[in-house]
Amino acid sequence: MATQTSQSLGGLGQSVKRKEDVRFIQGKGNYIEDIYLPGMIYGAFVRSPFAHALIKGIDSSAALEVEGVLAVVTAKELAEHNLAWMPTFAGDTQAVLAGDRVLFQGQEVAFVVATSQYTAADGVERVEVDYEELAPVVDPHKSLEMPVIRTDKEDQKDNLIFKWDAGDREATDRIFNEAEVVVSQHTEYQRVHPAPLETCGCVANHDPVTGHTVIYMTSQAPHAHRTVFALVAGHVGLEEHKTRVVAPDIGGGFGNKVPIYPGYVLATVASVLIGKPVKWIETRTENLQSTGFARDYHTTTELAASKDGRIRAMRVRTLADHGAFNAQANPSKWPAGLYSICTGSYDMEAAHVEVNAVYTNKAPGGVAYRCSFRVTEAAYVIERAVDLLARELDMDPVELRRKNFIPKEKFPYRSPTGWVYDSGDYHAAMDKALKIAGYDELRKEQAEKRARGELMGIGISSFTEIAGAGPRKQFDILGLSMNDGAEIRVHPTGTVTARLGVKSQGQGHETTFAQIIAEELGIPSEKIIVEEGDTDTAPYGLGTYGSRSTPVAGGATVLAARRIREKARRIAAHLLEVSVEDVEWKDYQFQVKGVPDKAKTMAEVAFAAYTNVPDGEEMGLETTFYYDPPNFTFPFGTYICVVDIDPGTGEFKIRRFIAVDDAGTIINPMVAEGQVHGGLAEGLAIATMQEIRFDEQGNLLNSSFADYLLPTAVETPDWELGKTVTPSPHHPIGAKGIGESANVGSPQAIVNAVVDALSHLGVTHIDMPITPWKIWQVIQEKGV
Amino acid sequence: MSTHTVTLTVNGQEHTAQVESRLLLTHLIRDVLRLTGTHFGCDTTNCGACTVLLDGAAVKSCTLFAVQANGKSITTVEGMAQNGGLHPLQAAFREHHGLQCGFCTPGMLLSALDFLKKNPDPTEEEIRWGISGNLCRCTGYLSIVKAIKAAAKEMAAGGK
Ligand code: FES
Ligand code: FES
Repeated sequence: MATQTSQSLGGLGQSVKRKEDVRFIQGKGNYIEDIYLPGMIYGAFVRSPFAHALIKGIDSSAALEVEGVLAVVTAKELAEHNLAWMPTFAGDTQAVLAGDRVLFQGQEVAFVVATSQYTAADGVERVEVDYEELAPVVDPHKSLEMPVIRTDKEDQKDNLIFKWDAGDREATDRIFNEAEVVVSQHTEYQRVHPAPLETCGCVANHDPVTGHTVIYMTSQAPHAHRTVFALVAGHVGLEEHKTRVVAPDIGGGFGNKVPIYPGYVLATVASVLIGKPVKWIETRTENLQSTGFARDYHTTTELAASKDGRIRAMRVRTLADHGAFNAQANPSKWPAGLYSICTGSYDMEAAHVEVNAVYTNKAPGGVAYRCSFRVTEAAYVIERAVDLLARELDMDPVELRRKNFIPKEKFPYRSPTGWVYDSGDYHAAMDKALKIAGYDELRKEQAEKRARGELMGIGISSFTEIAGAGPRKQFDILGLSMNDGAEIRVHPTGTVTARLGVKSQGQGHETTFAQIIAEELGIPSEKIIVEEGDTDTAPYGLGTYGSRSTPVAGGATVLAARRIREKARRIAAHLLEVSVEDVEWKDYQFQVKGVPDKAKTMAEVAFAAYTNVPDGEEMGLETTFYYDPPNFTFPFGTYICVVDIDPGTGEFKIRRFIAVDDAGTIINPMVAEGQVHGGLAEGLAIATMQEIRFDEQGNLLNSSFADYLLPTAVETPDWELGKTVTPSPHHPIGAKGIGESANVGSPQAIVNAVVDALSHLGVTHIDMPITPWKIWQVIQEKGV
Repeated sequence: MSTHTVTLTVNGQEHTAQVESRLLLTHLIRDVLRLTGTHFGCDTTNCGACTVLLDGAAVKSCTLFAVQANGKSITTVEGMAQNGGLHPLQAAFREHHGLQCGFCTPGMLLSALDFLKKNPDPTEEEIRWGISGNLCRCTGYLSIVKAIKAAAKEMAAGGK
């Protein structure tokens, strides 16, 4: 047999074509809405038109007269079953249906169950709700002076959710007091919505005879969701062993599908009560108005520096708007997530970060939208502030960054807020990006254009991410350790089934995790099937978000495979009739040391594991491994954006966007590049289009794709990518995770570019989303 | 609610169904004919996930009533593969990583198919405009553009 190579196996580092594509390109994906069960009925919500109101009464009688409407569930019915409230991942409680008051526009008030979705919609129109309007709290800056929103919580005396801080306040203040230069900027990181192309949905099927329930749902974290179901509704039969959560193919998640939503609960409750499968699929409007928004961080960032451009300290004060329920999906002991990574790529003496989170009469959320728990917000504030400092000191932003980068020799590096960065080479990524961009020529061109009155800007972002939550000593969600499992079964004929606790939403796990196993076991990746999303079969895990699949489940997969290899080695020794010590794993097979033609492939060993097991060995070749990562991984990169602005109209075009990423070892370069492309497009969307807006009454102003804008192919530039590879020293294959870097790293590159184009006019900052209208106003004001 | 009999050809096969006047064409295709490759992504004709060919032209099926398709011929993603082989566009999307979650893919493929019929040798800029009625949240479009470009070449060579 010819020697196997990583390439022939479809192993690590190969651009293997994706397995999942075969079904998707033929319309054979199986998304939530594609699930049709015999006898299935449909549910739809009556939602509040007001941001804040008392509910005086609900009259369902007209709705129940509609032919085909089977039931109208309200909070009263839920309360009878003790199901009116549910816990959020952030440890708050959320109304499953509003009881005596509604706290945001679009809040779920009643659930109409009917024989078809059209009939359900008819029913929704006929439910009469009597509201008494209350003054809403819309502006987070005024929330603390306003009456208490969460009157359901006994000890809630105001609208503060938490006060949290990290770093050394005194040391930071001391440096600021003596600093030669201080810059300060307030930035509003607007409320955005992840808006995956597929909305959220659920099909629940309770079997009244066996008492078993299958819940198909758009879930990025099926195991955690089942546990929450069991905790909340175990008393109505949803005990964990009788409940199976299945996340089918997911049409994009980006954090939107991490929380538990009332729709999942109601579909399940309705199925339990009625004894039929119940389907609930959100409309796009419902998705934008009620499920997991992101960001809404309002921050003053200060940097203290020396005159020659040494950053000495950073001070960050953030007001966070969490909406009516604290339903963000952060690790429980980390209310502001990993926000204290905000010192970014820079070596400084001290930092202090403070976050105050408040309730407002808006939809709940604060999800990690394509980022690892508030890291996007952190990368934004530091990269904007560094640019500001460069301007203040009249230094090139590249030079200032270079001067302050954590040097390569200082890794592992302990940041002033306590993180231990695993590895990095920031200068290398920066140099590569500058080279691709042709930075010096661009600056020359800019100067010439400026002289002619043309507007061109160059924006840099040298970000550091933190991914892979997390080490279980400190990281849990509702007490559940943030570890993940991988199960590998090598079948007698040398093929493999692997199951994981994470859940792909388009990242391509079926392909990339098969590559990891192929590399470790010497079995071709096309002979390895990877399954996820079914709690009945997959090992436990906390799911896919925060770029944790590769760092955590990837670690589990590697170590499960290596555990299998250990046993296989013993069986190989038996087959080769030598002692175990004389057998080595080389060229993807077991060889007798020094005698390469005395060898056994993994397939041969697998067959023996079921047919010719040595004495003292268990039959079979399979294992499950739960991985507890020793640390986070710290992907990084440098992005450069070049924009041209039309001084007459404020319209701008992103002429070029260069992204150099370092995510350590790359499993599949094609897939990794795809992840970067997608993340960049979402960064572009946030920087220039996406914003969930409210009026003073708390009315959502843009609840459709007609006014909540996403970029099309036309606004999206040709991404220019590059990479450096600095493996993680603690991850079993050195991988850091690449799913989110681009979204974390890109918005500020675009903002920095636009501000750079206008900087000679005295412009120092423009809040996102940057639109032609905003730029035009600035240009008018500065009188170009 | 009044109902109507509609007869239409979908992927070469004739179907007759009794439908409510308000039934959307997407629901006829999905719920009645159980061709679930045609997706819903919005309520406002913005996303293109529901795109099918109606008498050969790309339309957003969420914006037509089923009755409007009476007597017409429809191609959905399930009808793209011919003679047991993938359509060059389908193959190119896989080859060039033109999809991730796959939710936009059926609509994107059919828009591209219609577009290439009108413009068999497009520039990348023209491709971008050609698919601008279809949103993709995952790919950042570059690989989709490349896939369509490659498919155009393949189709020209294969005389499709
Ligand atoms: S579903 Fe979005 S355009 Fe038809
Ligand atoms: S591949 Fe996910 S929306 Fe296009």
